[in-house]
Amino acid sequence: MITLRNVSKSYGKGQPAIDHMDLQIDKGEFVFVVGNSGSGKSTLIKLLLKELEPTEGTIEVNGQVLNKLKRRKIPKYRRGVGVVFQDFRLLKDRSVYENVAFAQRVIERPNRVIKKRVPEVLTLVGLAEKYKSYPRELSGGEQQRVALARALVNRPDILLADEPTGNLDPKTSFEIMKLLEEINERGTTVLVVTHNREIVNAFKKRVIAMKKGVIVSDEQEGEYHAN
Amino acid sequence: MRISTIGYNAKQGVVNIGRNIIFSLASIATIAACVFLFGLVFSIVINFNYIVKNVEEGVTMTVFFEEGVDQAAIDSVGEQIKALNGVTDVRYVSAQEAWEEFQKEYFKGAEDAAEGFQDDNPLSNKANYEVTVDRIENQEEVAQYIEGLDGVSNVNHSEGAVNTLTTFNKLLGTISLAVIIILFAVAVFLISNTISVGIAVRKEEIGIMKLIGATNGFVRAPFIIEGLLIGLLGAAIPLVILYFMYNRAVTYILEKFNILSDIVSFLAARQVFEVLIPAGLILGMGIGFIGSAITIRKHLKV
Ligand SMILES: Nc1ncnc2c1ncn2[C@@H]1O[C@H](COP(=O)(O)OP(=O)(O)OP(=O)(O)O)[C@@H](O)[C@H]1O
Ligand SMILES: [Mg+2]
Repeated sequence: MITLRNVSKSYGKGQPAIDHMDLQIDKGEFVFVVGNSGSGKSTLIKLLLKELEPTEGTIEVNGQVLNKLKRRKIPKYRRGVGVVFQDFRLLKDRSVYENVAFAQRVIERPNRVIKKRVPEVLTLVGLAEKYKSYPRELSGGEQQRVALARALVNRPDILLADEPTGNLDPKTSFEIMKLLEEINERGTTVLVVTHNREIVNAFKKRVIAMKKGVIVSDEQEGEYHAN
Repeated sequence: MRISTIGYNAKQGVVNIGRNIIFSLASIATIAACVFLFGLVFSIVINFNYIVKNVEEGVTMTVFFEEGVDQAAIDSVGEQIKALNGVTDVRYVSAQEAWEEFQKEYFKGAEDAAEGFQDDNPLSNKANYEVTVDRIENQEEVAQYIEGLDGVSNVNHSEGAVNTLTTFNKLLGTISLAVIIILFAVAVFLISNTISVGIAVRKEEIGIMKLIGATNGFVRAPFIIEGLLIGLLGAAIPLVILYFMYNRAVTYILEKFNILSDIVSFLAARQVFEVLIPAGLILGMGIGFIGSAITIRKHLKV
């Protein structure tokens, strides 16, 4: 599903954010990516979304080599990938409902589908009552769940979540992670970046640990290693 | 694109206009000025052409002969005139006919007075040709040529009025075209500014849209629609004003210059506006489209 071959990404001179990385994630896997701040986790996600281009190496996702992907095919590719951004990237001047509906409008879903699907997903993340609120009226955790709802609403083949529980209390974090597990069980490949030790240890999934742009450990049913 | 997508993007286009109301209004005003001027000139020129054409149809010149020229020479001149480029009709009027026509016109109701001339035609040497040319501009040239022919004494033709009218018409058309082009450029520039402000405001949103799979068309559509809407509004306003102005102006001119109503007739509003409305809308929306399209090309490289 996801294959990185000898991938590097440098923002400028000095230490690259991703340093000659090889990685293979199969269809239907659930993977945690852990590592210190600045170890290159978000950069990895941006590369997978083709928001950034690698300085070296090839990335293949869903059978497509991203380096060779034609410009006009990028939108279609991205539609198959749901992303929860670390900084949420919600539209400030749109309500919760519109923020989620937006993802459906972008892929040109008809209104009748949007009207049914958006409340469904908002219920799933526990935000059904807040559908009229604006992002500034929401807590960090609530905004995070809007971002998650937006990533899920189009039922992507791959879900990339950059610290989806970073602002949530332990109980809600656990519930959200349960939700991601459920989505994974329905066939979506899930990659979760997290700093949450309890969750990683509780879920017994594959854990990839990064340090300075390099994978330092990759274990099935792994544990959270401090490094 | 789906209907609902078009609907959504149209709404976003309207939102854009609302957010940026000052620039949008300035653009609308400039387009309105452009379309108004275009409509005004169009109405005048199309009516002038119509009038000139009417006048043209009635205008002939009359070729007279020197005294004592025989019928053979007259026939030969007739043949030569017929052979001229631009001459559409040549009618021979004998001295007898000329006299009869003269009587009909000037002795109306007093036929007795004409009796006195009975067998002594005062117009005995006024046999002539009535020559019609296809275009008013050609008249002068044809007249000069005919005057140079053997046996011809003089050619009567109406020089002034019609030629002046045609020249004025052309001048008006040229000046207005220049002004319209300038206004067109200003309008495109203003729209382009309006749209680029809109794009700047939505920069973040556009970035997010692209990351979640929006196509270029989807990202661009609201801005194209914004341009088209501004163009539509800018065109509709002056067209409505012109429509009401037109009928009033025609009535006013005919009332004020009563004598004109015999010789001059104007086109009906319907005849003018069935061309002007589509042309004005195309002009306005064209400006809007061009303005937004070039801006999008510049700022929305996706
Ligand atoms: N746009 C950028 N320009 C320059 N350097 C950058 C940029 N983005 C990230 N970096 C650098 O690349 C490295 C990796 O950053 P990245 O955001 O991938 O880390 P991370 O693992 O996601 O960290 P965190 O856990 O804090 O989110 C860091 O050293 C960072 O300073
Ligand atoms: Mg990060």
